[in-house]
Amino acid sequence: MKEKLLMLGNQAIARGAFEAGVKVSSAYPGTPSTEISEFLAKYPEVYAEWAPNEKVALEVAIGASFSGVRSLCCMKHVGLNVASDPLYTFAYTGVNGGSVIVVADDPGLASSQNEQDTRMIARSAHVPLLEPSDSEEARVFTKYAFELSEKYDTPVILRTTTKLSHSQSVVNTEERVVPPDKTYERDVKKYVMMPASAIGRHVAVEEREKRLSKDASSLPVNREELRDNEIGFITSGVPYQYVREAFPQASVLKLGIINPLPIKLIEDFAAKVKKLYVVEELEPVMEEQIRAAGIKVLGKELFTRQGEYSANLLKKAINGADDEVFAPEKVPARPPILCSGCPHRSVFSVLNKLKIHAAGDIGCYTLGAVSPLSVIDTTVCMGASISVLHGMEKAKGKEFIKNWVAVIGDSTFLHTGVNSLINMVYNKSAATVIILDNRTTGMTGHQDHAATGKTLKGEETYAIDLHNLCLSIGVPRVFTVNAFDVDALESKIKESVSGDVLTVIIARAPCALLKGQKFPYVCVSIKDKCKKCGMCLKPGCPAITACDDGTISINQTMCNGCGLCMSRCKFGAIEKVERV
Amino acid sequence: MKGMNIMVVGVGGQGTLLTSRIIGKTALSAGYDVKLSEVHGMAQRGGSVVTFIRFGKEVAEPVVEAGDADILISFERLEALRYAHYLKKDGMIVVNDSRIDPMTVVTGAEKYPENIIERLKQKHNVHVIDGGSIAAELGNSRVLNSAVLGAAAKFIGFSREEWVKTVESTVPPKTAETNIKAFNKGFGE
Repeated sequence: MKEKLLMLGNQAIARGAFEAGVKVSSAYPGTPSTEISEFLAKYPEVYAEWAPNEKVALEVAIGASFSGVRSLCCMKHVGLNVASDPLYTFAYTGVNGGSVIVVADDPGLASSQNEQDTRMIARSAHVPLLEPSDSEEARVFTKYAFELSEKYDTPVILRTTTKLSHSQSVVNTEERVVPPDKTYERDVKKYVMMPASAIGRHVAVEEREKRLSKDASSLPVNREELRDNEIGFITSGVPYQYVREAFPQASVLKLGIINPLPIKLIEDFAAKVKKLYVVEELEPVMEEQIRAAGIKVLGKELFTRQGEYSANLLKKAINGADDEVFAPEKVPARPPILCSGCPHRSVFSVLNKLKIHAAGDIGCYTLGAVSPLSVIDTTVCMGASISVLHGMEKAKGKEFIKNWVAVIGDSTFLHTGVNSLINMVYNKSAATVIILDNRTTGMTGHQDHAATGKTLKGEETYAIDLHNLCLSIGVPRVFTVNAFDVDALESKIKESVSGDVLTVIIARAPCALLKGQKFPYVCVSIKDKCKKCGMCLKPGCPAITACDDGTISINQTMCNGCGLCMSRCKFGAIEKVERV
Repeated sequence: MKGMNIMVVGVGGQGTLLTSRIIGKTALSAGYDVKLSEVHGMAQRGGSVVTFIRFGKEVAEPVVEAGDADILISFERLEALRYAHYLKKDGMIVVNDSRIDPMTVVTGAEKYPENIIERLKQKHNVHVIDGGSIAAELGNSRVLNSAVLGAAAKFIGFSREEWVKTVESTVPPKTAETNIKAFNKGFGE
């Protein structure tokens, strides 16, 4: 039965995995990959879970594959850094049941800390990589990746980008077909990667890559579209769509397999066109290999390594012209901000008041770096807040960090932050760590984690107690404070940063957007008590605006009644009332 | 109809995503090829958001580029001004008459532009809709998007029945009736 549906790229990947008969999926949320797992979890036939981090997730998928079923693992590009330890060796062991790793790159940095290119990692890990260019291909390529995985005894990476993951296009669904489970047989030479076996597997990896390089040119994922022979484009993924939009008459070699590159196919195509361009976002992964094969192409001398491409960008680079009619207007920027009622704002307003610097981490709370809160000084990667602060302390002593804290979300803490905290305990730190515990993985759209008590499938489970976790690893002082109790926060933070004992403060209050949250109160301003001091405006709540006369007004639809503004007002000019 | 390039813009949390999905589904059931591009993640948190819908016989690029938009639907005035240069020469703006100050304005770093509607009218075809009043009248502030969509739907094409069908199948079932009422008020009798 074929059904025509409009699907997100991520939904189509989940559909493809489902149709391929995948039985186990493990992932950690990360924009733009998160929805794959959420869609997959809706199929009762598939076991799908959130793991605490990508390394764990990939190892779960490896175990499922070794046991003999098809497995999936999904992550964003930087997640693959965390999972690269198992990845490189999974390339050696190969699979039993087919195993596909979906990695979502983020050219243009819609929601990431860097623009790294997964195709480079696939090359260095010797893992085949496929790249679809729309939702239907995302479904078909995902299925095909499982076939390749089993045929060549290797994990396969399916690379997507933000534009593919978060665009919808038409998909024709097919039925799920589950291949019979493979039997598990003990095989030390294949599954135990100690030197004696790994030596042999390295040989197997090279042989496999040679075989696949030869076969790559005849795989059904590549397509030669011969039109005008004046210009030819070699491209893949979403950039293929930009090429088609900008140069509908040009010939195109659209590649589906990027590692290893189908060099024979490329040579044949190059001979058929007069001028050849390589169009690929981010790094010149295809271009450098094509040049190395002695083929003359134009690429990064015309097209940037940064950001997303577009049809206009290609037209400008090649023809020097585009379709723009009107000039953009100069308008005030509207950067993303913390929501009204966000518990992070409350913690940051206290840090701001105390003039404390924060080593930050990855989450909505990274927005604490910008005005008006301006408390976060550093953000590197998941879990780095705690270790970066530790490095500062060891470099310059406790005196240097006496006005510093580390801030990290609950989900991020369980991802990799806990390792860094263990390091602080072990190596005698006297730092202050604040866990911004909003009871969810906020920025990616509210995914559960090991401390929320719910699984990806929505089942009840044990909720890890962060307070006791910190105590159990030996943190001498742990406090759990209501994130909106600014007085308690202030005193605990002051006491900790000036003291000589490692302290964890868990600032707890649920994310204002978390499902099921009730907001029975709203804040209202009492005009005649207002002294126009502007203190309530300082935390930067989007529900409060200054009026022309200097008093303030609170938007009753936006206000979630958190009361932070009220706690900042010394004149009783803001009151909390029941929402009508 | 050959096809169309539509943009839905607004402030994160205003429901641009749902609105663009309704447009996409309506075009799909009318037999068009459809592509739709969304914004997720950090960009959503109260920031400026833009979604694209393209439909036609065959659609390649999933986004609408500057100079190519037939219709710009904006849930907020400043956002209409921000993206107006995406319009074709004879493009159309449907703008919800509301103002949401960005943090840069709240902190006093920048000023909210004055006379936005008048400025837009100097260059473009503009249809102003007070979605907020329609939603307030219906007693549910969350159906504002359906009122704005209704106003835009007249300029996109397709019959009222086709639109109502997708509104009904896309919005949460509990709110379907109010959403349809809001859509109809925006669409006009």
